[in-house]
Amino acid sequence: MSDLITLAHGAGGKQTAELIDRVFKAHFSNPQFTGDDAAVLPVGGTNLAFTTDGFIVSPPEFPGGNIGKLSICGTVNDLSCMGAKPLYLSCAFVIEEGFPMEKVEAYAKAMAETAAEAGVRIVAGDTKVAGKGQVDHLFITTTGIGQIMDGVQTSGTLAKPGDAIIVSGDVGRHGCTILLERNQFGIDADVTSDCAPLWGTVESMLNTTKDIHVIRDATRGGVGTVLYEIAAQSNVGIHLDSQAIPVDPAVRGVCGMLGLEPLYLACEGRLVIVAPRDVADDIVAVLRKGKYSQNAAIIGEVTADQPGRVVMRTEIGAETLLPPPGGELLPRIC
Amino acid sequence: MAEGKKRTALDIIQNYDGPKIRIMEVCGTHTHEIFRLGIRQILPKQVDVISGPGCPVCVTPVGYIDQALWLALEKGVTICTFGDLVRVPGTSMSLADARSKGAHVEIVYSPIDAYEYAKNHRDEEVVFLAVGFETTTPPSCLAVKQAMSDGLTNFSLLTANKTMPMAYEAMKGSADAFLYPGHVDAVMGTKAGEAMVKEGMSGVVAGFTAKELLTAFAVILAKFPQGKPFFKNCYPRVVTEEGSRSAQALMDEYMEPCDSEWRGLGVIPKSGLQLREEFSACDARKKYSIPKMDGKANPGCRCGDILKGQCKPPECPLFGKLCTPEHPVGACMVSHEGACSAYYLYGGNAHE
Repeated sequence: MSDLITLAHGAGGKQTAELIDRVFKAHFSNPQFTGDDAAVLPVGGTNLAFTTDGFIVSPPEFPGGNIGKLSICGTVNDLSCMGAKPLYLSCAFVIEEGFPMEKVEAYAKAMAETAAEAGVRIVAGDTKVAGKGQVDHLFITTTGIGQIMDGVQTSGTLAKPGDAIIVSGDVGRHGCTILLERNQFGIDADVTSDCAPLWGTVESMLNTTKDIHVIRDATRGGVGTVLYEIAAQSNVGIHLDSQAIPVDPAVRGVCGMLGLEPLYLACEGRLVIVAPRDVADDIVAVLRKGKYSQNAAIIGEVTADQPGRVVMRTEIGAETLLPPPGGELLPRIC
Repeated sequence: MAEGKKRTALDIIQNYDGPKIRIMEVCGTHTHEIFRLGIRQILPKQVDVISGPGCPVCVTPVGYIDQALWLALEKGVTICTFGDLVRVPGTSMSLADARSKGAHVEIVYSPIDAYEYAKNHRDEEVVFLAVGFETTTPPSCLAVKQAMSDGLTNFSLLTANKTMPMAYEAMKGSADAFLYPGHVDAVMGTKAGEAMVKEGMSGVVAGFTAKELLTAFAVILAKFPQGKPFFKNCYPRVVTEEGSRSAQALMDEYMEPCDSEWRGLGVIPKSGLQLREEFSACDARKKYSIPKMDGKANPGCRCGDILKGQCKPPECPLFGKLCTPEHPVGACMVSHEGACSAYYLYGGNAHE
């Protein structure tokens, strides 16, 4: 029974990592195979970043975006996190028979607008139609290539004790938005997805300093999962100040009612940045001037002690573990 | 102002130099919040916190899961349930395992969702697993009320509803003071807690924010050294003396007390609720003539001792090894409100 794929294998947490290690890594392993958001490929004297991402969000439309916009943001952000300027994208559609043409067009329009904003061109594509019931509405896969800025090297393995942990805005909005859109809980709250293309945000940081160790976008599994991954990859501890983590009051309210931790709700327009303490204030200052990062904040620091763990200083001044990620929180959020 | 008040409660707690005291939190949400906030770590050594039997999933006995499995697998009934219960192991499997064998298990967020499911799927027989305390029982009664007024014949409850007062009686030797459950008392009022004072048992009603919990602990630690049993409502924002009359009336109309089995504590007389005779059509036990099932827990699992406060999760031989949140053996590891789950997730053992 444990040998069947469960929704937890797609949740971006521990079980996803196990699936990748046990199956994909075992078969695909090669020098460029990456644990980061995008692979780094040395081509013709320059470094390219290359990545792909599938989108199956349900519902396909939500406050703040739709699956089309999301599919561009996801891949643009994965490239951006490697310090790469996104250049070209391809996209593959799998559409359910009977799906309205008008909606396909609306999603394509959103893709074009988002791509234009990110300065990236959609240059190739593929279209498949599956019989009714064989897919749910439509699925989009985007693949992207970008050029890594000179002098930039970011990776989840590079966090150092003493580094500051920064988030580029309030956490958990996309996951909370999708959860409310599904309307299973009878909760009304005004929450909009943070879905946004972040190359401009990353570029403004890198123009301020290239001394940044890790940039990750916190999608599935949220900021908490990303922090546990960094703690494991860099073999460091992470200490957070729970009071410093920006959370929208409506998101906090929903989480309170449902017993959810905002750090584990998905974001689609939020970066986790790890950088030396002496450049952290400059990074936050430039982020706060940006369109998508006005609530940026330093939320903690990297430590040598407790490697592999994320520890929270709670509002009463005690220290607890942030419960490690695991299980399916909410399927089909991106 | 608020900051000053919080510091005072914290001061009282951290400077406590009174006798050794065992405080039992009776509510699963308290268990979780106390771990999340790290309250155990700021308590002086002589203050021990015990997680009591207030997590509805944790106290649900194995035999109940077996009955639900029987309904799903033998009778082809659609089971509607809170998500946590799906992963609780029965004697031979969990409802999640049964689902992969073809059982129809729907996760719902309230009894009303289950009623609505039944209304929209009239060709299915639907049973809602009615577990929980005085907080979830009124909505279960409401679901029965609506089903009956709609003339739905395909909806019933498998009741395991429990009530707190007799559990307090059963637990009174296990602790020096109770942290009474704020949500239950919002429905039931403060009478049960006040009555315990006459039996020599102290306690305070606590809310759920950091400030409310610290205040509750501070009040206990300030009063306990005086040596006299006490009761105080530290959650007056929500809890009144009489509670919610309408919710109480609803429960009384549809349900009557019955003996009930609690995992770890055994059968406690008059500690459960079952549907009254006139609502038998919505009582799954009668409707499907469900046989009595005793259920067998994993013999290594010490959930029972943990629920009685006689053992801490890390002292269980299965804890963190065979029994983890991904692969729970005992109910206390399944629910987020369970003591084992909270210990494991918040690293309670790592800090000792």
